[in-house]
Amino acid sequence: MSPQAAVAAGCSLSSGFNVSRVRGDFPALDQLVHGRPLVYLDNAATTQKPRVVLDALFNFYTRDCANVHRGVHELSRRATEAYEGARRTVARFLNAAPHEIVFTRGATEAINLAAQAFARSILREGDEILLTELEHHSNIVPWQLLAEQTGARLVVAPINDRGELLMEELERRLSPRTRLIAVAHVSNALGTINPVAEICRMARARGIRVLVDGAQAAPHVRIDVRALDCDFYAFSGHKLYGPTGIGVLYGKAELLERMPPYQGGGDMIRSVSFEKTLFNDPPYRFEAGTPHIAGAIGLAAAIEYLTGLGLDEIARHEYELLSAATRALSEIPGVRLVGTASHKAAVLSFVLDGIHPHDVATVLDHEGVAVRAGHHCAQPLMERLGLPATTRASFALYNTLEEVEVLARAVRRARELFG
Amino acid sequence: MALENLYQQLIMDHGRRPRNFRAIEQPTHQLEGYNPLCGDRVTVYLKVENGRVTDAAFQGVGCAISTASASLMTETIKGKTEAEVEQLFEAFHAMVTGKPVHPGVTLGKLSALAGVAAYPVRVKCATLPWHTMKGALAGAGQPVTTE
Repeated sequence: MSPQAAVAAGCSLSSGFNVSRVRGDFPALDQLVHGRPLVYLDNAATTQKPRVVLDALFNFYTRDCANVHRGVHELSRRATEAYEGARRTVARFLNAAPHEIVFTRGATEAINLAAQAFARSILREGDEILLTELEHHSNIVPWQLLAEQTGARLVVAPINDRGELLMEELERRLSPRTRLIAVAHVSNALGTINPVAEICRMARARGIRVLVDGAQAAPHVRIDVRALDCDFYAFSGHKLYGPTGIGVLYGKAELLERMPPYQGGGDMIRSVSFEKTLFNDPPYRFEAGTPHIAGAIGLAAAIEYLTGLGLDEIARHEYELLSAATRALSEIPGVRLVGTASHKAAVLSFVLDGIHPHDVATVLDHEGVAVRAGHHCAQPLMERLGLPATTRASFALYNTLEEVEVLARAVRRARELFG
Repeated sequence: MALENLYQQLIMDHGRRPRNFRAIEQPTHQLEGYNPLCGDRVTVYLKVENGRVTDAAFQGVGCAISTASASLMTETIKGKTEAEVEQLFEAFHAMVTGKPVHPGVTLGKLSALAGVAAYPVRVKCATLPWHTMKGALAGAGQPVTTE
């Protein structure tokens, strides 16, 4: 097959990854928007769901719907088995142990849990929490709240104009009072892949704890929490082709065991009397109330789907999309790419001379192209870059090189319209 | 709906070359408006004498829709009484949210923004300057936000 024929057949050139077959797994991709085929490039906000995930949700609710950890009956047994099976799947995905996996509502709740149940107990007045300039609000605000509660101080590590962390500056900001570093694995606004392993090494040498916000990394980067040696790792299911409302906090077993509960309720207790309550072991201690059982099962289905396709194949395909999109947009006069780090995930932020990102996004929407325009929940980063907003195209495993061309054509159309 | 219904010639013109894009020295009313969802910011300045708007201006960063809306607003309300401005606010709001406009109110050039009604996510772009202006007239000390 010639390279052109391979593209036409939807094959990615550098791998055996068959994107047209993959697209068939995602029902939502097959639709017209404003009369044009949908080109979904807002994957950093949330991804579409493959049929296996939808089937997992449907099957749970049609066959196995029961509460977990309590019933003697058959359906409860099935629900419990599926829910705990999901925990094992997530553990394998991160290279962790199942009892180190806490199900949460999402990355945001995972970070809040680590902040309140772990960091709060180690912070004294004047202690420091180190963040970076490219954090999402969900990895800023929980620490701000905590700083107010404890008298700790937030210290911010800067980036360069390409959107890369300045590692020497980061290291210089580590002081004897630094107790915790909270850092994104991948920037949601710029796509920068941060050197989190190096940060963890620096932290380890100084006895500093590290939380990695992996919300944007999980769909793009292979994660190994043992190799990273981070203390906490947080991510969301819905950015990983799983359902909304489910997420994960990985925590080292030794830390989870020492931590007090995050919320009180059912399932997180061993025994309750009005005088005293004995708490359950991790991870159950941190999962008060009936959990999002279907969500956890759906997330496990998504992870199995991804690992079935091959995480490295997906990464290769997305790298190809990113390279093509970077080239295509760079060639358009008036386009400035925002975030040009040498290590990037498939996120492309840009601004168009004289045209506001919102107007760009409206024109693109008319061409069937879904992108995000705005500050991407990273206002301090936008402030640092001196921009009120950017337009962001973010790619997923099901996007194609043809869609990159549609994006480029739509951006040219915006330029013509606003000429 | 064709994109050109939203981005009419008049909108593009006012978006590119906004009128009254300046500060007023010693305004009688001034307020900042902010749309936290998109980062658009507008400051509206008004000079009101004997119940009539004698000057209106704005500054800020925004998309074509919000900039054109602010520009057309400042042109339109100049010379109007506060009561007339209030009527215009109601009529404009009705127009961009697809509700019937009171037949007694003439929207004139503002009608160019009628296409916004077909774009629910862009309504706040068009209304931010108007809410800010209304807040300024009401003497609100706090910046207006759309959220």
